[in-house]
Amino acid sequence: MPLITYREAIKQALDEELARDENVCIMGEEVAEYNGAYKVTEGLWEKWGDKRLIDTPISEAAFSGLAIGASALGIRPVIELMFMSFSYVAIDQLFNNASFCRYMSGGLMNIPIVVRGPANGGTNVGATHSHTPENMVANHPGLKVVCPSNAYDAKGLMKTAIRDNDPVFVMENTLLYGEKWEVPEEEYTVELGVANVLKEGSDLTIVSHGRCAMLSLKAAEILSEKHNIDVEVVDLRSIRPLDEETILNSVRKTNRAVLVEENKPFCGVGAQISHLIQLKAFDYLDAPIHRVSAIDAPQIYAKELENWQIPNEERIIESVLKCLG
Amino acid sequence: MATKTKKAAAPAKKTSGKAKSFKDAPLNKKLSTEEKLDLYRTIVGIRRFEERSLRAYNQGKIGGFLHLYIGQEAVATGIVSLMEENDHIITAYRDHGHALAVGMSMNECMAEMYGKHTGCSKGKGGSMHFFAPDKHFWGGHGIVAGQTPLGAGLAFALKYKGLKGCSVCFLGDGAVNQGAFMETLNLVALWDIPVVFVIENNGYSMGTSLKRSSAKESLAQRAEGFNMEWEVCDGHDVFEVREVANRAMTRAREEHKPFLLEIRTYRYRGHSVADANHEKYRTKEEIEDYKKNKDPINVLKQQLLADGTLTEDLAKQIDQEKKDEAEASAKFADESPVAPRSEIQTDVYWEVDNDKEGKLKGTYFFND
Repeated sequence: MPLITYREAIKQALDEELARDENVCIMGEEVAEYNGAYKVTEGLWEKWGDKRLIDTPISEAAFSGLAIGASALGIRPVIELMFMSFSYVAIDQLFNNASFCRYMSGGLMNIPIVVRGPANGGTNVGATHSHTPENMVANHPGLKVVCPSNAYDAKGLMKTAIRDNDPVFVMENTLLYGEKWEVPEEEYTVELGVANVLKEGSDLTIVSHGRCAMLSLKAAEILSEKHNIDVEVVDLRSIRPLDEETILNSVRKTNRAVLVEENKPFCGVGAQISHLIQLKAFDYLDAPIHRVSAIDAPQIYAKELENWQIPNEERIIESVLKCLG
Repeated sequence: MATKTKKAAAPAKKTSGKAKSFKDAPLNKKLSTEEKLDLYRTIVGIRRFEERSLRAYNQGKIGGFLHLYIGQEAVATGIVSLMEENDHIITAYRDHGHALAVGMSMNECMAEMYGKHTGCSKGKGGSMHFFAPDKHFWGGHGIVAGQTPLGAGLAFALKYKGLKGCSVCFLGDGAVNQGAFMETLNLVALWDIPVVFVIENNGYSMGTSLKRSSAKESLAQRAEGFNMEWEVCDGHDVFEVREVANRAMTRAREEHKPFLLEIRTYRYRGHSVADANHEKYRTKEEIEDYKKNKDPINVLKQQLLADGTLTEDLAKQIDQEKKDEAEASAKFADESPVAPRSEIQTDVYWEVDNDKEGKLKGTYFFND
């Protein structure tokens, strides 16, 4: 299987879906002529032209809303937000119109759009460009949200998102764009709502998503080598819909859970997972559930401090040891 | 201290060489007797429906907000009468007139306001969120200017698919000061999107007069900043609305060009029924003057009486028919059931509603 970058995997998904369905188009800031601010769409404009690859002005509210209106008539726009942080200037369009128009029309208006872009910190750019709003998206019934942690999932989930008939947010990560994974050449998709057990283990379950799942995996390897602790790592992949069964099955097996995410803790995804575990696996727990989240403050600029603010292997290991201790 | 503010003076019209009587313009002259009567039936129907809904609201049968269109009926009636096969419309929360004009039934509209299962949105949207995609009506949107990029999107889709059509996106004079609308104007002009934005300028954004909310009196003239065509006209004469809007819609269909049309109109009631103090920010005389001289029903009626389309008897008959239809819709709504509780979680996700074989994975709803 070829090793390709996370960035290349997403591009392949977009390219293949552009070829599959003439109603798929990609719009956003710098996506066409400039080849993408993070080069995810590199070469696609040259291949597909102005109709399918559409450069927008810096007007997130207008082009998000335009995509919603166009999707009602059967277009399937994939809109790129240069950062998911920029969804905040389009919040009425994305969090009112995309999420609720189907409901308020009694099911008559459908909105098959994809909203994609990076949602992560750790890039030394300060608070305004470091949001991880998957919890906010998931708090809006009508929206779906996935957070691929690797290239294989990024491609498979992107293709599923584009074919899905509801609005789907795909939360990418700039720190993963350049990393490589094995991705098959033949066609495949990854279903929404199916978590992935990245590593089996018997002592404790880590539930995580996005880049944090990869950090958790590294932490699990260190824990195995240095502390002889056998951690199971569950990568959610999809936040809404959520694979509750995989989480519960794992916790029922290991009897302990640490929840790792880059969200800020208050009402983060981990808060929901924690509630789920206590409700449906209460009797299986041998210790309180622990969480590793971004340290609860606006994202700090200073690089050394930000690297400590967001989860890292050290903080994850510390939390696992605490949960076992 | 609050002061009474007079309605902003009419901005200078850009329209030049206008016909003395819009009714005699070629577009209107070729209307058949039946087509003219249909305009009258629509305009009267909207009025009687809303009067009946106001009674229901005051009886406590309708909850939420009730934004009445009374006084503005000629705008939606005139423009919808121009819609062709591939044309689509969308509007804000003052949407009853547009809904009835596209042919939605009084029953489904009234039942929606009553929150009943038989409502057009099964009681999930309410007064502000009527939808009829089969009639090319895309809502009914509650947030000021939130519908404006969607209106552009409908037109974008038409152009993308190579269809000859346009979308008409209605908004109020308050919506022009929202960022989303400004962004959208730039986008549609930049991309040559066939959308006609119709500002229904009733002089007040909720309780704030135009003069107190917009730096420049002419709202449509803002189009010049985006290199877009614009025009201003009056909205009490359905024939004038048709004549002016037709130029904009034809241009959009033929040349894929956007247009900003400002139609000066007036609402008799408050912003919503909850706005009981609407005589605090405008004078009684101002309201009475409009009712007396520019009432859209009366203006149309006089013209149709004059050309023999209508007789007093026929006018009375139509009026009674619409009153009866509105009354029947209230009865229908009252007697209709509320949707079962299970309906709270339908129409959220297409994929869930259509998952007949139970293949979907994962949890979609999170109640204990």
